[in-house]
Amino acid sequence: MKSKEITVTVNGDTYTQDVPSRLLLVHWIRENLALTGTHIGCDTSNCGACTVLLDGKSVKSCTVLAVQANGKSVTTIEGMATGGEMHPLQQGFHEEHGLQCGFCTPGMIMRAAELLADNPDPSEDEIRWGISGNLCRCTGYVNIVKAIRFAAKKMREQPEAVEATA
Amino acid sequence: MIPAVFDYHAPESLDDALALLRQYGPEAKILSGGHSLLPMMKLRLVEPEHVIDINGLPDLSYVRIEGDVIKIGGLTREAEIEQSDVIRSHAPIIHDTCVMIGDPQVRNRGTIGGNLAHGDAGNDHPATMLALGARIVATGPNGTRTIEVDDFFVGFYTTALDPDEILTEIQVPVPPARSGGTYLKLERKVGDYATAGIAVQLTIDAQGRCVTAGIGLTNVAAVPLRATRAQRRLVGTELLEADIIEAARFASEDARPSSDLRGPEAYKRGVIKTITQRAIGIAAGRARKNQ
Repeated sequence: MKSKEITVTVNGDTYTQDVPSRLLLVHWIRENLALTGTHIGCDTSNCGACTVLLDGKSVKSCTVLAVQANGKSVTTIEGMATGGEMHPLQQGFHEEHGLQCGFCTPGMIMRAAELLADNPDPSEDEIRWGISGNLCRCTGYVNIVKAIRFAAKKMREQPEAVEATA
Repeated sequence: MIPAVFDYHAPESLDDALALLRQYGPEAKILSGGHSLLPMMKLRLVEPEHVIDINGLPDLSYVRIEGDVIKIGGLTREAEIEQSDVIRSHAPIIHDTCVMIGDPQVRNRGTIGGNLAHGDAGNDHPATMLALGARIVATGPNGTRTIEVDDFFVGFYTTALDPDEILTEIQVPVPPARSGGTYLKLERKVGDYATAGIAVQLTIDAQGRCVTAGIGLTNVAAVPLRATRAQRRLVGTELLEADIIEAARFASEDARPSSDLRGPEAYKRGVIKTITQRAIGIAAGRARKNQ
């Protein structure tokens, strides 16, 4: 089929839409749902700015078709804060100055969300390896690593403050 | 970048997927992890009229040992293989390969079946499967057949799979005691294809002499390459420094790297020699420890 009706839950809301088969997940998120926090950096699956969670796994949404998300759940940066409160990862990037232009930041945070779900107390090396699929042209990564460590500590100390993102 | 228009199919059984392949033949491409295919489609390097998404097929994602064979389902994600205890304890060379594929997000989607079936000399698993002497199981309308890995990579982006077949399983003989292997890949950055990638899997006997040697090379030719002369140089030796150095030299001479953005041909041959030497050293050390 050149188009398909898909049902996808995004940040807890369920959408049913008819979409072209060739529509990329990142375009569906940004253009159909107006969730523009997910960015297109390279469009070639290198930079990671388009990273979202698909059924809890971090994926590069520029290299997934929207139709492949049918029946699944997607979490974007817009889904991280709860009840008006920033997610600990967002707090970490704020507290530790983990961003300058902010273009890579949503992708970094979504990737870090899965990283911390798998490994709640990562070492610096594990964080650096863990975000190796996300490029930043501004910061030199030092404060990004600190931001993720901040969030890891916060999440370990206050697990009830974190809504499940999987 | 946007792929050309195509018809999308999401079969829910292997039989349905095979029927679709049969129906659409050369106009169809299988979509597995999609991280080789979709980038090519976005660049319009390939424009299949039909895309058959096999991600919904059941029972094709597994890593298990049956007797003396490790069986890996074609749809198994690289991330799952990376975390598999079976792989880490029995064939750590495969773990070493997985961690060099793409990056964490790519490994969440990429599948070992796709990595092999794409027929790309730049993908990483082919060299490792050459080193391990693996077998590829292909399923078609007439059932399954097993293809030796040395018969699998036949040309540029071309495998021995028939157009109506799907790669459903990879079978790896469990390396015996006193075996060791590793995969080393030089890349410009994480996620890049290899400037050169080297897979080495060795077995030694109780006297420390090399009994079998498998050496596969990534991205140094139009097809994944077996370094046959280098392998022969090692068998029967005690894997001393002189043996390793000469075997590495043979590998660098027999490779056919192209000059490209990753470097001129002479540079790549130098890389192959150095990395092969290191990889053989690591494999030999692991084999000696693995008594």
